[in-house]
Amino acid sequence: MQEFVLQAEHLEVLIQVVRSEGFQLMGPVVRNGAITYDEISTASDLPRGWGDEQEKGYYRVSRNDSGAYFAYAVGVGSWKQFLQLPRRKVWEAHKKDDAMDILEVLDEVPARAFLGVRSCDLHAIAIQDRVFAEGQYRNENYARRRQNILLIAVNCTTPAATCFCTVMNTGPKVTTPTDLTMTEVIDHKEHYFVIRSESQRGREILKQLPLSSLEERHSLAEEQALQAAVQKMQEGPRKFDSAGVKELLYRNYDSPVWDQVAERCLSCANCTMACPTCFCSTVEDTTDLTGEHAERWERWDSCFTGDFSYISGGSVRASTRSRYRQWMTHKLATWHDQFDTSGCVGCGRCITWCPVGIDLTEEVQRIQQLDKTL
Amino acid sequence: MVRHPGAIGSRPGKLKLAVWKFASCDGCQLSLLDCEDELLQLADNIDIAYFMEASSHAEPGPYDLSLVEGSITTSADAERIREVRKQSRVMVAIGACATAGGIQALRNFSDVEEFISAVYAHPEYIATLKTSTPASAHVTVDFELQGCPINKRQLLEVISAFLHRRAPQVPAHSVCIECKLRGNVCVWVAHGTPCMGPVTQAGCGAICPSYHRGCYGCYGPKENSNTTSLCHWWEQELGVEKVTVVENLRNFNAAAPVFDAASREWESRDEQE
Ligand code: SF4
Ligand code: SF4
Ligand code: SF4
Ligand code: SF4
Repeated sequence: MQEFVLQAEHLEVLIQVVRSEGFQLMGPVVRNGAITYDEISTASDLPRGWGDEQEKGYYRVSRNDSGAYFAYAVGVGSWKQFLQLPRRKVWEAHKKDDAMDILEVLDEVPARAFLGVRSCDLHAIAIQDRVFAEGQYRNENYARRRQNILLIAVNCTTPAATCFCTVMNTGPKVTTPTDLTMTEVIDHKEHYFVIRSESQRGREILKQLPLSSLEERHSLAEEQALQAAVQKMQEGPRKFDSAGVKELLYRNYDSPVWDQVAERCLSCANCTMACPTCFCSTVEDTTDLTGEHAERWERWDSCFTGDFSYISGGSVRASTRSRYRQWMTHKLATWHDQFDTSGCVGCGRCITWCPVGIDLTEEVQRIQQLDKTL
Repeated sequence: MVRHPGAIGSRPGKLKLAVWKFASCDGCQLSLLDCEDELLQLADNIDIAYFMEASSHAEPGPYDLSLVEGSITTSADAERIREVRKQSRVMVAIGACATAGGIQALRNFSDVEEFISAVYAHPEYIATLKTSTPASAHVTVDFELQGCPINKRQLLEVISAFLHRRAPQVPAHSVCIECKLRGNVCVWVAHGTPCMGPVTQAGCGAICPSYHRGCYGCYGPKENSNTTSLCHWWEQELGVEKVTVVENLRNFNAAAPVFDAASREWESRDEQE
């Protein structure tokens, strides 16, 4: 690993170097009153001076005067949208005399770089990798998209009130493989990035940047910023004891908490759409009017819909109670059995983007409390 | 829910299509005419036997597929829908009027006699029912395609599914799913704009939120709609007035059972205060 200091005014150089290496650069932008991920062609596309305020069912972008580029927590949507496409055509079929031509759709996969990936989201990508690229049921479309991604992580020093990565052991400091990892520091009048290369590709990029050496005061300031982030989450309302949650949920299939949450839950599926690890999709087969052409489309699906568990005779999970229970139990319990990790990385998106502010950390704590009194 | 497309038999030759109008604005039938490119293809694959909006040439029944637009608001129409049913092998109700009584179902919440005497110089000429009801309140309907107006892609999908004997891909989930698939920023959470998306069935492609405004529920209730929770949050967190809550529930789908019950509940809360 090599570590240096990149002055904030040279962020533009980094961006142009990455782009000149042939990558389409994706990163945070302010759009329609939120920070989302989109293509970046210059540093001025970044949300400089913007932050986010997140609470249960509440999100606002806000101006701050820090001049920081990455002073928000996590954006609307997630990197998932670039790897597991929300909708894609899988194949099409055409009738030909007595036979049928089936054409697999192989779309163009651009070489992409992701700039500003948080530690929680790196964990989320790793979780999806396990599902789509490493598991028994490999998804070629995902695997091809994932293959060449250049990961430029930015350590999180600005968690939102909804974040709880410290509980899930997924952040705020980057500990998983990346190509480059940066920390943005604003210390007195100085504004710089501590930048580390973690791969050969990362080193190639570093070579082309105007860097200075990392001094102790830089490391100290970096450490302080990260510590402050940890502390903010430790003191926040979303700190809970995640040990034994799997067993807790397995013995609480009949908890009254499920009924209470079902009264509020809209089964709208926003939580699963916003979640960076939820991987469920469905396929839709259609024909045209002539019946000579057919198509199969894959699109994101959610355990909150009735169709999701529809089998002959009806929906297995007809009630909202059973849908919410499925969701949370999958995220925090059965996922461990399936993939050896938690399905939740503590990014807080499901809390923020739930229209009626349902908060899984609160629900877990409710179940924990009731469990204790039994 | 993927609903059963209905019993579909087969017989040689082109199948016969009929399009019927009851109390409605014609917008849904227009969605069919609006198909333009696909219209010729449609005519190639099905015999458009009865479609007054398009042609005064009418072939007699029975028909293989009947599309029914409009709600039932007169006793004559209540009789006619039974006739149509008898003539139709498969009946599909299209649009908010035929599936939920339409905007004219606002009469269900008031006194129709009063309206008539206030509006017409000769009330005695008016023969109408006290309520506006969907086709399903009168006859068995094989499939309901919701929306005001319906989406022409979905209509073609239903007809293609019928022709090729498969279940139509018309998901009954929320508008929110379409909204997220499009990558929209949620106007409810990020702007504080009341949005009916979480209780409304998808199909429009989340048009309103894509233009930064709230969904107003024109596709009617989604499966498993939780209007009570939505209305609570609107009032308590978004500061929406009760009258606006009721207005949003009483739109084009006012008589859909969940919206109907919720609007009555909210209205009576109003009176209690
Ligand atoms: S929580 Fe639901 S949508 Fe998410 S991965 Fe599990 S089953 Fe799929
Ligand atoms: S369950 Fe919620 S907090 Fe956990 S990873 Fe998904 S969106 Fe983030
Ligand atoms: S928990 Fe919230 S976001 Fe998820 S389905 Fe229920 S209401 Fe929608
Ligand atoms: S804008 Fe409306 S439809 Fe879109 S996600 Fe938000 S609540 Fe749902």
